[in-house]
Amino acid sequence: MTTSTRGTEKVPAVLVLEDGRSFRGRAYGAVGETFGEAVFSTGMTGYQETLTDPSYHRQVVVMTAPHIGNTGVNDEDPESKKIWVSGYVVRDPARVPSNWRSVRTLDDELAAQGVVGISGVDTRALTRHLRERGAMRVGIFSGEALPDEGTLLEKVRQAPEMKGANLSAEVATQETYVVPAIGTKKFTVAAIDLGIKGMTPHRMAERGIEVHVLPATATIEDVYAVDPDGVFFSNGPGDPATADHPVALMQGVLERKTPLFGICFGNQILGRALGFGTFKLKYGHRGINQPVQDRVTGKVEVTAHNHGFAVDAPLDKVSDTPYGRAEVSHVCLNDNVVEGLQLLDQPAFSVQYHPEAAAGPHDAAYLFDRFVSLMEGQRA
Amino acid sequence: MPKRTDIQSVLVIGSGPIVIGQAAEFDYSGTQACRVLKSEGLRVILVNSNPATIMTDPEIADATYVEPITPEFVEKIIAKERPDALLPTLGGQTALNTAISMHEQGVLDKYGVELIGANVEAINKGEDRDLFKEVVEEVRKKIGHGESARSYICHSMDDVMKGVEELGGYPVVVRPSFTMGGAGSGFAHNEEELRRIAGQGLTLSPTTEVLLEESILGWKEYELELMRDKNDNVVVVCSIENFDPMGVHTGDSITVAPAMTLTDREYQILRDVGIAIIREVGVDTGGCNIQFAVNPVDGRVIVIEMNPRVSRSSALASKATGFPIAKIAARLAVGYTLDEIPNDITEKTPASFEPTLDYVVVKVPRFAFEKFPAADATLTTTMKSVGEAMAIGRNFTEAMQKALRSTEKKGSSFTFTGDPGDKAELLAKAQIPTDGRINTVMQAIRAGATPQEVFDATKIDPWFVDQLFLIKEIADEIAAADKLGPEILAEAKRHGFSDAQIAGIRELREDVVREVRHALGVRPVYKTVDTCAAEFAAKTPYFYSSYDEETEVAPREKPAVIILGSGPNRIGQGIEFDYSCVHASFALSDAGYETVMVNCNPETVSTDYDTSDRLYFEPLTLEDVLEIVHAEQAAGPVAGVVVQLGGQTPLGLAQALKDNGVPIVGTSPEAIDLAEERGAFGRVLTEAGLPAPKYGTAFSYDDAKKIAAEIGYPVMVRPSYVLGGRGMEIVYDEPSLGEYLERHAGLIDQHPVLIDRFLDDAIEIDVDALYDGQELYLGGVMEHIEEAGIHSGDSACALPPITLGGFDIKRLRASTEAIAKGVGVRGLINIQFAMAGDILYVLEANPRASRTVPFTSKATAVPLAKAAARISLGATIAELRAEGMLPKTGDGGTLPMDAPISVKEAVMPWSRFRDMQGRGVDTVLGPEMRSTGEVMGIDSVFGTAYAKSQAGAYGALPTKGRAFVSVANRDKRAMIFPARELVQHGFELLATSGTAEVLKRNGINATVVRKQSEGEGPNGEKTIVQLIHDGEVDLIVNTPYGTGGRLDGYDIRTAAVARSVPCLTTVQALAAAVQGIEAMSRGEVGVRSLQEHAEHLTAARD
Repeated sequence: MTTSTRGTEKVPAVLVLEDGRSFRGRAYGAVGETFGEAVFSTGMTGYQETLTDPSYHRQVVVMTAPHIGNTGVNDEDPESKKIWVSGYVVRDPARVPSNWRSVRTLDDELAAQGVVGISGVDTRALTRHLRERGAMRVGIFSGEALPDEGTLLEKVRQAPEMKGANLSAEVATQETYVVPAIGTKKFTVAAIDLGIKGMTPHRMAERGIEVHVLPATATIEDVYAVDPDGVFFSNGPGDPATADHPVALMQGVLERKTPLFGICFGNQILGRALGFGTFKLKYGHRGINQPVQDRVTGKVEVTAHNHGFAVDAPLDKVSDTPYGRAEVSHVCLNDNVVEGLQLLDQPAFSVQYHPEAAAGPHDAAYLFDRFVSLMEGQRA
Repeated sequence: MPKRTDIQSVLVIGSGPIVIGQAAEFDYSGTQACRVLKSEGLRVILVNSNPATIMTDPEIADATYVEPITPEFVEKIIAKERPDALLPTLGGQTALNTAISMHEQGVLDKYGVELIGANVEAINKGEDRDLFKEVVEEVRKKIGHGESARSYICHSMDDVMKGVEELGGYPVVVRPSFTMGGAGSGFAHNEEELRRIAGQGLTLSPTTEVLLEESILGWKEYELELMRDKNDNVVVVCSIENFDPMGVHTGDSITVAPAMTLTDREYQILRDVGIAIIREVGVDTGGCNIQFAVNPVDGRVIVIEMNPRVSRSSALASKATGFPIAKIAARLAVGYTLDEIPNDITEKTPASFEPTLDYVVVKVPRFAFEKFPAADATLTTTMKSVGEAMAIGRNFTEAMQKALRSTEKKGSSFTFTGDPGDKAELLAKAQIPTDGRINTVMQAIRAGATPQEVFDATKIDPWFVDQLFLIKEIADEIAAADKLGPEILAEAKRHGFSDAQIAGIRELREDVVREVRHALGVRPVYKTVDTCAAEFAAKTPYFYSSYDEETEVAPREKPAVIILGSGPNRIGQGIEFDYSCVHASFALSDAGYETVMVNCNPETVSTDYDTSDRLYFEPLTLEDVLEIVHAEQAAGPVAGVVVQLGGQTPLGLAQALKDNGVPIVGTSPEAIDLAEERGAFGRVLTEAGLPAPKYGTAFSYDDAKKIAAEIGYPVMVRPSYVLGGRGMEIVYDEPSLGEYLERHAGLIDQHPVLIDRFLDDAIEIDVDALYDGQELYLGGVMEHIEEAGIHSGDSACALPPITLGGFDIKRLRASTEAIAKGVGVRGLINIQFAMAGDILYVLEANPRASRTVPFTSKATAVPLAKAAARISLGATIAELRAEGMLPKTGDGGTLPMDAPISVKEAVMPWSRFRDMQGRGVDTVLGPEMRSTGEVMGIDSVFGTAYAKSQAGAYGALPTKGRAFVSVANRDKRAMIFPARELVQHGFELLATSGTAEVLKRNGINATVVRKQSEGEGPNGEKTIVQLIHDGEVDLIVNTPYGTGGRLDGYDIRTAAVARSVPCLTTVQALAAAVQGIEAMSRGEVGVRSLQEHAEHLTAARD
């Protein structure tokens, strides 16, 4: 056990929001400057999964839990090959990690991956600000980036906005890869990577699915080249309103009536494919404690969320779409946001939240079983 | 699905007297439940023998029975009230066991009462160790995680010996089944220890069953609080991590919420296992608590146990998260589902979510080993703490340091001055968990221990160890700083350092540090506990301080009254004071004030965010209170601070608060001092012409000797300024006086020692009264059953007094008024008198709410604490009479002739403690208070009321069988009549030779039994101790003689505790018990609700 030296260096850092509010703290992770959309995440566990979730691409994540880094960093829990957040805001970073699986400190990991962070700020005040004013652009500055304080706000305001951002291609795989089924292979699924998390193909593989993860730019021919029993559309960053290619691709799948499952961004793509709109939430849902109700069974699941946009579909009626009747299957009990869609006349459904969890509770894992039964149904 | 329509009335069972392992938290949960059920339109019937609870306030339930919580009495209540349902999960193990027993006896079926909130099968699966192991095994099969520690179930000592072999040797854990708070469990490192612990456990367990278990000492320990509704929705309300690793009962551990050292994967495994268990056990609706051990080396998860009910931990979890488990459990029990219940704090979101915290909560237990000097203070799997403090901070260091100072114990906060001592010695000491181990660890760190060394010695998780290092490093920075600048002060405050700690490090005065800090603008802000980490706006002002940027205290218009609570429960200052604070809050809110509660005790009703308009969950130190006053003064007008209801804790702050310009309402700090300072009080008495026993104040041994000789032995000695008779003893001669001063060495230097004449054979009388400056309202007069010399908190008493006449009351009233006036009381005053011969002596006066206020209020159906709060803020007794808060005419001294008799009985924690050799501690009552709680028996005649109080406290008095009598010489004369009565009631008397002789000479037959010291007789005649252990004695009367530390009869009394045989240690108690036995033998002991009693009283008054 050694004490991290960086913590005692006390390199000053500043966080500047586009509306002019700023917070002072200390550098955490890499020293330098970074920009992104400021969002807050309320999960008390799972920082490693959060950091490596591609959906956080170009976002500066504020952790509401004060102590971050306590369990260090291990090589099993990341959801992708790198840290995607563009900046990290914490209150009290751990000096000494403690966990039997830990191999390095989070501080070192952030620094090694060049992720600029800030610690020691009033994260609750910042969270309340974002809750009241909405997610907005932010910059973090430390070290040499700091002295020029007068220009910081200007720099933040010049950074690109999240609305209208098309980011899937930036985070998705360039090459197709295959995640083999665990045990006997029962199905083949083509998974469109819009920013997929590692746990998603794993959850499918556990159920005997061989998962072909395709780049975001995959064509309908690429999809059917793997002879899929089902097609999956993943989570991912950015504004769904820009995702014209995935929407068209999904429509191709819907026309073929192949069993279809979407998560998060995939839910928004299904929304758009069915003709619904999408919109940006004021400050989004990011946490692992969100109550979602299955509107058929009435049961409530505690679920992991990470979405800044949502589907605009009517809750009170079944909608007619080019692919038959569709309904909102799941809803968030906190604010009645659409959390799931399903087609009634063909095998397709999606959820806005994360049944693969990682981080988060496993309450919604049954949705992968549902996908399996859709594929079984199609075969029968 | 909304609430069930087939239930119109519910019987709620409370948890009875406060005992170790089952304390005020059940008043908190029970009160919440009753209120919820009532607001749902149900008729709520409540039974709880503990008068010092909010739940037994007549307005909380529709019919409140302050009756013993035994199947017999509860059946009487059911027969009378015929409730549709019984809710047994909110009154701790007592309620659960009573309900199960009534189910098994067929009582519930007989009256058609449905058990709600739990089913018997689920309770058994959760509580029976065998069945629970099967549950865990089933869960493992289903989800692949969770296992039980390898274990062996035993029903005899032979089983136990076999078990150890099966488990591969020592150490092993012994856990008796179906006992409360882990009573009787412990670690055995060898055969001797095993035989002792397991033998005790087999006796304690109602099913004569103990479990031997592989040792998981030193593993990480976690708890989850879960809730489930009838639609199988399950939420995890809170995760708790124990700072002290496995081996220390969770009630005795420092605990932290949320869990600090789990990755998401590991946490989700605990969550999955927890949910699978609640389903497998079949808890239909309500809360449960599951404990886990996690191997720090490889993450192996062992499920330790579950409580299929609301528990101590659920109260902590509710306070830690703002998610009111008991309240929601009550709603679920009557048919709601989680998604139908709104989250109180956000008002907009439902309860079917999992709270997320943006702060850290630390709970620190408070112990009372100083009261039981003979008891082994090592912490084990048997809970020994008597209370706890909780603190909230924005990080661990802040929360931990706040929690430590919240316990209000000398030396509980970290100190960084002086020589820490020898590293090796400190580390060796830290290996054994004890009260204050964390301070030893800090000293070891100061002495140069490395993190690895600390971990090796204690197995405290390295992350926690590093946090202690962080605190120490900050202390070093404070010491090294050139001056106390804003940066170092802010940094120190961020990590929870108090002004006093900083002052210690910098060798300054605390007020100087505070002045500097204020001048530099370093002040706390107040954040909200909101269940959701600020994701949604909070409507409920539940605050904690932090040295952060932004405060969330909103401005207000109405004048505020700040009520200071009583801090952690301890012997001598418990739930009774919380009761008074809560009443003040209710009364002042009704009177148009905005009420602001300050307290740090998570078990209480006062720290329910529903109780006051604003709640500050903060330590009760001068610094913390001053900052709150400052914050509230910035928010709006502050009418004043109430200090006289929370016991000694706020009273001790009164003068300093006033000196800092804080308006104190009610009795002034100067008046408080007048009553507490012996000399000044003596002058008050002299002026009023009231006699006090001769006394003197000694500042040295020589003084003491002189004064004692002058007064004449026996004398009562005690340090000044104490509560609960701490250190108080009766001393019979000069050598004992010397011994006393030696044992309390150092004491006399800080606080002088008070020496009083000890009034042998006096009747002790307690008076609670209100005074507004003009008029006296005599709240109640209590006559003690035990003689003067036994602490009033440990003595049983009767109200109205059973042997005092109108003339005595008149004298008491005049004296009380003279004292109240002389001292300058505005509010409550409690005075203790002793009647010796025909002289009424004043023993002491406390110008504050006393321990007996709730009892007096319930016995006379008058809310004294509410009235006191109003008087503090300027109302007069005349006004309160006109309002109807006080009776129009008369008072507690003029109760109607047929007023019910209420008896208060104290409940002692003897069974919890063992000395180093594993023997029980002595049970003799004395001038130092040692009871943890109390019960009330109420009935139309004294005998029945007394019998009820005994049944409520210790289990029913026997009405036949064998009574063993052995009394001191001075009691022999007084024993004869009650002994004769016992024989007439059909008791067979056993006695030691001396007592038997006296009895025989008086024509009473008694069988002579062998003393323990005589050993077994030649023909295998058993000694009395063996007879008690064999269950052949039903009642024990044993008054101690001798003056040494080891009083004769020790073995008898400890055996009585071990076997739960009623044991009377004063001859007065015997006389009262005989009346009780007589009442019970006459048959038909009825039950009557407080509301009926009140109606009767009011009618008689009018």
